[in-house]
Amino acid sequence: MPDATGLELAAQELSEAIPGSILGTEFHRGRAVLLADPPQTHGVLERLRAKGYSFLASLHGVDYYPEEPRLGVLYELLDMQSVDRISVKARVATDAARIATVTDMWPGADHPEREVYDMFGVEFEGHPDLRRILMPEDYEGHPQRRDFPVGGEPVLFTYNEEQNYGKYQ
Amino acid sequence: MTLTEDYRKRESSITFAAEPAGEGETHELLTLNIGPHHPATHGVLRLLATLEGEVVRDVQPIVGYVHTGIEKTAEDKSYWKVIPVVERMDYVSYYFNAMAFCGAVETLLGIEVPPRAQYLRVLHLELNRIMSHLVWFGTSMLDIGALSVFFWCFRERERVLDLFEYSSGQRMHTRYIQVGGVMEDIPVGFAEKVREFCKEMPRRADQYADLLEKNQIVIERLRDTGVVDQQTLLDLGVTGPLLRASGNPWDLRKAHPYTSYDHFDFKIPVGTVGDNYDRYRVRHAEIYESVKIIEQALDGLPEGPFIATDRKVALPPRHELATSMEALIHHFKLVTEGFRVPPGEAYYPIESPRGELGCFVRADGSAKPARVHMRDPSFSNLQALAPMVRGGYIADLIASLAMLDPILGGIDR
Repeated sequence: MPDATGLELAAQELSEAIPGSILGTEFHRGRAVLLADPPQTHGVLERLRAKGYSFLASLHGVDYYPEEPRLGVLYELLDMQSVDRISVKARVATDAARIATVTDMWPGADHPEREVYDMFGVEFEGHPDLRRILMPEDYEGHPQRRDFPVGGEPVLFTYNEEQNYGKYQ
Repeated sequence: MTLTEDYRKRESSITFAAEPAGEGETHELLTLNIGPHHPATHGVLRLLATLEGEVVRDVQPIVGYVHTGIEKTAEDKSYWKVIPVVERMDYVSYYFNAMAFCGAVETLLGIEVPPRAQYLRVLHLELNRIMSHLVWFGTSMLDIGALSVFFWCFRERERVLDLFEYSSGQRMHTRYIQVGGVMEDIPVGFAEKVREFCKEMPRRADQYADLLEKNQIVIERLRDTGVVDQQTLLDLGVTGPLLRASGNPWDLRKAHPYTSYDHFDFKIPVGTVGDNYDRYRVRHAEIYESVKIIEQALDGLPEGPFIATDRKVALPPRHELATSMEALIHHFKLVTEGFRVPPGEAYYPIESPRGELGCFVRADGSAKPARVHMRDPSFSNLQALAPMVRGGYIADLIASLAMLDPILGGIDR
């Protein structure tokens, strides 16, 4: 992990290269997070990748309800040479949940992006095959959002098959 | 012309070159559905294979059949009640799931895990690694057609499960690893049983190799099949034995030691070519290294508490409840409400038998996590299936899938 100073330096460097790309930094319990502007996130990740953070360890979504913008897409980057990790966080609102895909840089982002789309409804622009991955393809709603109730899904029987399940929102 | 001559003549005309792709009178692509219920898919995995004759042109994995919403369920439970549900994600390596989650929560709490607890964790994690590799070993060789190895491996797996039962009362999903340490100290006689197992396991692993290494069919089916180069694997987010088989010695136990893995002397087996044979060899060699770690953990097991003494996080010892009002209050609060975790986010990666298992936890200050996400290695590794099998025979698809070692409970969560 870069230390707090290293994180600020990286943030400054990125802000100079792409003006307005870094909205802030978070440093908590040794974990360094760069808050990126969603339209610029692809550029930020591209620069970090060139800097050595070339392995995308994880890509996942978070719902920050009731904070706004609600949804967060988190990229956990790893530099295997210096064993260094940095996270990039892009916050998007639910009504404009769109962000550029990173499958062009990391083909392995395919499954995780589909999962974030499935669970949170974030659309990854340019993704080659953006479909639901874990939930059934005809499912409605995005179950990992915080306002989606646990157990809000009735069990299907023949008598209630007309009432489509997952009719939430 | 005799029959033999005729046969030899026809035999020489057979070529193994791939036929040109395309559709027409002589060439047609066939889409074959494999699974979701098929013994060779190691769980409920569906594969859509595009075939041209016997050659696989493309394969698309379809997952989600055992999605149970564990990450969603975890948001509705207090931290200590999340451990049993996350253990059921990758159901073959349950200690690792619990370890990743507890590690993330401990990072957020900022509590120190006592050395004895760390060694006990390592001991059980490595036993679990052996157990997981044995399950993979048996079932994957079953797919290739070597039937007896399956029974041999499951005999040793039973012994590991018996050890788990001895130390925690459960054979699977033991809930042994807790936030702050482990559930209980090891019982009397456990160390001797583990030592006995450690003495026997390398000999057993030798026997598996003897069964397979001189078996021409196994060698032919594994060697030079499913070759993927290192860079492709890295771009696909593949970690663990699959990556190490291609020659990259990346192992989080060495690269970024957690729970005192830096105290132990062990080697990281790596492959050279990155074919299925290397994958088999790497996992097989890891069994020996895990045995070495377990022996060292027993030799150097430090004295002291097995769980953090912070009463706000860990349950007080049972005997204190009879004498101390404070202990009773702590016990009551921990069991009913659970402990609160200060707001923050943590990502805690560990090396599971299949690769980097990372747990992301977001705490909002309450007694329940606001988000739990597991970066499961099988979920990312499955993406390497298509590059592994493209251009090969459909029989190699089964072998490659077996060597990939996907656990569908971890993929679907």
